[in-house]
Amino acid sequence: MSEVSPAAPPRPKGRRWSWTDPKLRSQVIQITVAVILVWLLWSFYSNAQSNLTRLGIASGFGFLDNRAGFAISQSLVPYNESMSYGRAFLVGLLNTLLVAFLGVILATLIGFLMGVARLSKNVVIKALASAYVEITRNLPPLFQIMFWYLAVLATLPGPRQSWGFGLQPLLGAIGSGLSSIGLGFLGGPLSAYAASLAAPGVFVNNRGLVVPRPIFEDGSMAILYALIAAFILSFLLARWAKKRREATGHFFPVFWTSLGLIIVLPLLASAAMGFPVGVEKPELRGFNFVGGLRVIPEFVSLLLALSIYTGGFIAEIVRSGILAVSKGQTEAAHSLGLRNGPTLRLVIIPQAMRVIVPPLTSQYLNLTKNSSLGVAVGYPDLFAVFAGTTLNQTGQAIEIIAIIMAVYLTISIVTSAIMGWYNKRVALVER
Amino acid sequence: MKRILLAAAGLLSLAGAVQAATLDDVKARGALNCGVTQGLPGFSSPNDKNEWSGLDVDFCRAIAAGIFNDPTKVKFTPLSAKDRFTALTSGAIDVLSRNTTWTMSRDTTLGFNFAGVMYYDGQGFLIRKSVGLKSAKELQEASICVQTGTSNELNVGDYFRANNMKYREVIAFATLDETVKAYESGRCDVFTSDKSQLAAVRLKLTNPADHVLLPETISKEPLGPLVRHGDDQWFDLVKWTYFALLNSEELGITQKNVDEMVKSENPDIKRLLGTDGKYGEGIGLTPDWVVRIIKATGNYGEIYDRNVGPATPLGIERGLNNLWTKGGIQYGPPVR
Repeated sequence: MSEVSPAAPPRPKGRRWSWTDPKLRSQVIQITVAVILVWLLWSFYSNAQSNLTRLGIASGFGFLDNRAGFAISQSLVPYNESMSYGRAFLVGLLNTLLVAFLGVILATLIGFLMGVARLSKNVVIKALASAYVEITRNLPPLFQIMFWYLAVLATLPGPRQSWGFGLQPLLGAIGSGLSSIGLGFLGGPLSAYAASLAAPGVFVNNRGLVVPRPIFEDGSMAILYALIAAFILSFLLARWAKKRREATGHFFPVFWTSLGLIIVLPLLASAAMGFPVGVEKPELRGFNFVGGLRVIPEFVSLLLALSIYTGGFIAEIVRSGILAVSKGQTEAAHSLGLRNGPTLRLVIIPQAMRVIVPPLTSQYLNLTKNSSLGVAVGYPDLFAVFAGTTLNQTGQAIEIIAIIMAVYLTISIVTSAIMGWYNKRVALVER
Repeated sequence: MKRILLAAAGLLSLAGAVQAATLDDVKARGALNCGVTQGLPGFSSPNDKNEWSGLDVDFCRAIAAGIFNDPTKVKFTPLSAKDRFTALTSGAIDVLSRNTTWTMSRDTTLGFNFAGVMYYDGQGFLIRKSVGLKSAKELQEASICVQTGTSNELNVGDYFRANNMKYREVIAFATLDETVKAYESGRCDVFTSDKSQLAAVRLKLTNPADHVLLPETISKEPLGPLVRHGDDQWFDLVKWTYFALLNSEELGITQKNVDEMVKSENPDIKRLLGTDGKYGEGIGLTPDWVVRIIKATGNYGEIYDRNVGPATPLGIERGLNNLWTKGGIQYGPPVR
């Protein structure tokens, strides 16, 4: 319009009910859509209700108190088949959280390592990292889970032929190796010495990894207190070191000092209490190892596959984040006299983080959701235990699917919130 | 707006699609939708031309023959133990004939009706011969593989508890294939399932002679076809198809002699084959429905012998599944 009106035409007093009024129009449309939405939801609900009643299918959440009756192969809390579906739900949820939590940590480590390695000037390291990224990103996660489970872990020996780890089997193997190449005068005594050592406590077989279980006796609490004290001291030390650095410019090796504190203090405490931690060694009895702690292969294959798969994506995110920091920053840091290490730690990474964190969040969410693929190898995660077995035994699809949706949604939103908070901290502060 | 309303209407009609008159739907469709296993020799398994055969398959063929006079008018849907009930509830299949155990919760709160027991079975254990076990009572601390969503998954815990034993772990897999693979790779010491299934699985293993079934039967597993709640006529039709197979065997009516039998003067045979009375009309079919069924599949005994009987690779004796007149418990109510 070329004509410029000097002022808007005077609005008529009172409301004019006209379809041309944009405000009124949008209100009418919004109300209509809202009414339709409510009607739609209500009809879904009533339709489902009447169908369930007609077919005589049970409904409601009362089933959560009923006896589950099935066993679960991995549980972080005490569980047996005489407990309720609600308890089985908790077991599944914890299993999902466990694999997601460890997976996120492992994937981040692998991803940062590989992302930095892809930028290395060393041709071999760079090629290896590139190959890793291309292979893991381009194979479906389900395939990778099956690969680790069926092609790697399933080929391990059975319980009776377990690989034992410890000095005894190692020295024994070296001893018999020496004897077999004609050095019996060396191998013989070595084998004899190996046989005199205690039997190994760590075993690997196709049922998983078995390690000794620590038994905490009276006085063990002192070790825990010492550990907590060490963490608090490290925290205070870090604050003091930062203040001093800002005031005087002197560095203090906070990391190594803290590590020392965290190791030495609990050790001192346990020595003072007369080493109150015992060990329960696993023993082969009948079919399986009895005693000790065991990590099942279903868990290992799922964890490996998820972290290696997601690690490939994270590597690319890290690489893009580092490349997003202009070369001038490195040169400026170098000209200030910073060496390569501090330049990366103090200049590049902080600036790269604000590019890295947002896409990193979606990778964490993907990893958590992909953990439901564990059902393919029999890992008892929330999806397998609840949307699988429980749904099948109770037939209460609507309730169970609603719970599953709510849980995954909650996990994702909490992850996003934490990462959002972290992102705010590392975001560029404009001055 | 129009589009939204259309979409909404579409969604609602979908939600209401599970209608009562199954027989009418089947007739209009021109085929019976039958849920079966993903491959279990003797019960339901496809050959390389995707032609299905087995005890459970023949039962669906019998229903189709009764309705269409054509046993090939069946569409078989392979289902895992985990997915089978959802498929039946949602209306994707008309009848589930998939070695499914008749239990009270399935018959009531899950919303199904069991039409009968095609095969009386019990749960057992498959184990490597090299382990050298004589009895399931020696399974202390064993690792056990089981398929999820089965009654077997529930029985195994009860059995160990009742016998004051402890298992090391029960690993539940989503499909039969995965379960068998895990057992074969040595992930578990025993595989537990219905004995008929164990017999079939054993044949598929690399070296069947290395594996053996333990003698114990730890549960009752009456396997039979089932339908949804809410359509009594369809329930009756499926139920009486099963009884017709049993009664035919009892009266000696076979695939070969059924045309002769139609001329029989025996009043029981006359009522069953529809030459006296119009009993077939009670389930929405014509009076000669049994003639069509027997011509297509033979009687219960013939179906059994053809698929799982002693002459087949599975080689399972009739046992409990013999007629009540021959020492078994298969018993068809009278047509009267």
